[in-house]
Amino acid sequence: MIEILIHGRGGQGGVKASLSLASAAAKSGKYVQSFPEFGVERRGAPVKAFNRISDEPIVIRSKIYNPDHVVVLDHTLIQSINITEGLKKGGWIIINTNKKPGDFKEFCKNYKVATINAKEIALRNRLGSRAAPIVNTAILGAVIKVLKVSDKESLAIAIKEFVPVKREENVKAAYEAYDEVIFEGEA
Amino acid sequence: MEALDGNSAIAEAIKQIEPDVVVSYPQSPSILILEAIALFIANGEMDSEFLNVESDYSAMSTCIGVASSGGRVFTATASQGLALMHEALFIASSLRLPIVIGVTNRTLAAPINFNADHSDSMAQRDSGWIQIFSENSQEAYDNIIQAFKIAENKDVRTPVMVGIDSVVTSNLCENIHIQKNEEILEFENKSNPTYSVLDIENPKTVGSLCASDYFFEHKMNQNNGIENSRKVIKNVGKEFGDRFNRYYGYFETYELEDAEYAVILMSSSAGTAKKAVDEMRKRGEKVGLLKLRVFRPFPYKELRESLSNLKSIAVLDRVLTPGTYGGPLFIETMAALYNLDKRPLVYPYIYGLGGRDITLKHIENIFDDMKMAFDNGKGIPEIKYINLRE
Repeated sequence: MIEILIHGRGGQGGVKASLSLASAAAKSGKYVQSFPEFGVERRGAPVKAFNRISDEPIVIRSKIYNPDHVVVLDHTLIQSINITEGLKKGGWIIINTNKKPGDFKEFCKNYKVATINAKEIALRNRLGSRAAPIVNTAILGAVIKVLKVSDKESLAIAIKEFVPVKREENVKAAYEAYDEVIFEGEA
Repeated sequence: MEALDGNSAIAEAIKQIEPDVVVSYPQSPSILILEAIALFIANGEMDSEFLNVESDYSAMSTCIGVASSGGRVFTATASQGLALMHEALFIASSLRLPIVIGVTNRTLAAPINFNADHSDSMAQRDSGWIQIFSENSQEAYDNIIQAFKIAENKDVRTPVMVGIDSVVTSNLCENIHIQKNEEILEFENKSNPTYSVLDIENPKTVGSLCASDYFFEHKMNQNNGIENSRKVIKNVGKEFGDRFNRYYGYFETYELEDAEYAVILMSSSAGTAKKAVDEMRKRGEKVGLLKLRVFRPFPYKELRESLSNLKSIAVLDRVLTPGTYGGPLFIETMAALYNLDKRPLVYPYIYGLGGRDITLKHIENIFDDMKMAFDNGKGIPEIKYINLRE
């Protein structure tokens, strides 16, 4: 079983990303869980969503304290919260940023870093505005490429299920992120 | 495989059952059940009448009206909403109306909190309703489907509330198997209503005055209904299993056969506790668990049979009932066991209020703690609180 923690900001679509990821993994034959941290919802405040993905049925239902991997929807969160809290050594950190993995020297010692410019991909596909780009679908392409928890076809079906508008554009963004994510080594 | 959260799982069951009327008043997070149903109706995927009303009290009153008219009816609520229904819940059960409601078990204010505990349903435990609790999305779906069949059985005619834990089940998306529509319709096999107040050829009086001459007998008739449900709940759970290969009874036992120590609990935390039992069994410890599914009617006879050979039991209540010796599950379990010649020691625990998490480690600590207390000799077990700041 692998456990994934998605860091985002309220309104950014972290919960939808978590749900779509679970749905995509389930469609490719995995057992899954996706759940939000239900607190005080405020636009822009740091929020978390959780995923468990396994080849066996999942019975455990507590929160995730020691994720195998983390996904960061907004790179500015790195300054305000400790995104590696509890992260298992050797785990992936997948960050939406215009930087390269080597630029995150502080994480490279204990973890593996993958970067994806999901903002640029979102804008290229006319998803959201420059101030509020819709990055949650794009980043999933990077997540399934690096973590191999599902396949592109299942992800496309899941995104179309959960996204109310611009379905094709969202799928295209995820596919582009799948091709453009920068990382080294194996998940 | 499909993946759905608990709210959507309940909505999916209701779509297939297609009650005559769905009544809606928004509470968080049960509103997501009703939103999903509203969308199904708007999209033409189901053909129920959707009634928006102005309060939870009106919602239950409307359910009573629909059921008195012989219609199938469903609503969903949570927390303060269920509390506001309180008075009408007693009317529904006394009038023997087969209403089914979904409850996302959420704590009661104050302070305001949207997360899980069983305060709302437990406050209704004497309302005369059948109370069924679900561990996950699959059980939520399965329990709703069985609930109508139990409620409408002519020997039962008693309303049913199906609980799922707020957020941890209602908003947790996981794999689920949805049966085909025709399978569900065949299972439900809806019978004609016993009576309808709208049937002017056969006029009936519902909810009239009754003085002391017959009131007691009326109440006993009501009690017979929920007592009869014991057999029906068992039969419906077995029939469901025979058809769909997922069997249900009053409770589920897990590694209990040769266990010396066990925990008893309800709903979502049972999943985490099963994992803890697995981990401890790997270390050779004789531990097990019992997950209660049906809290009302309380299966005291069957619990007695399943628990009498244990050394000790920890009863985990996800509710605080101030001023009592342990929570409702503890008190009922104690009452069930007390008259046995040989009985296990029973320890009261309170956990998970307002969504406070319970982890593998906490459950393992409960087992260790209980074993130590047992080995140190008898004494009156004090209430312990899990994952609470000192």
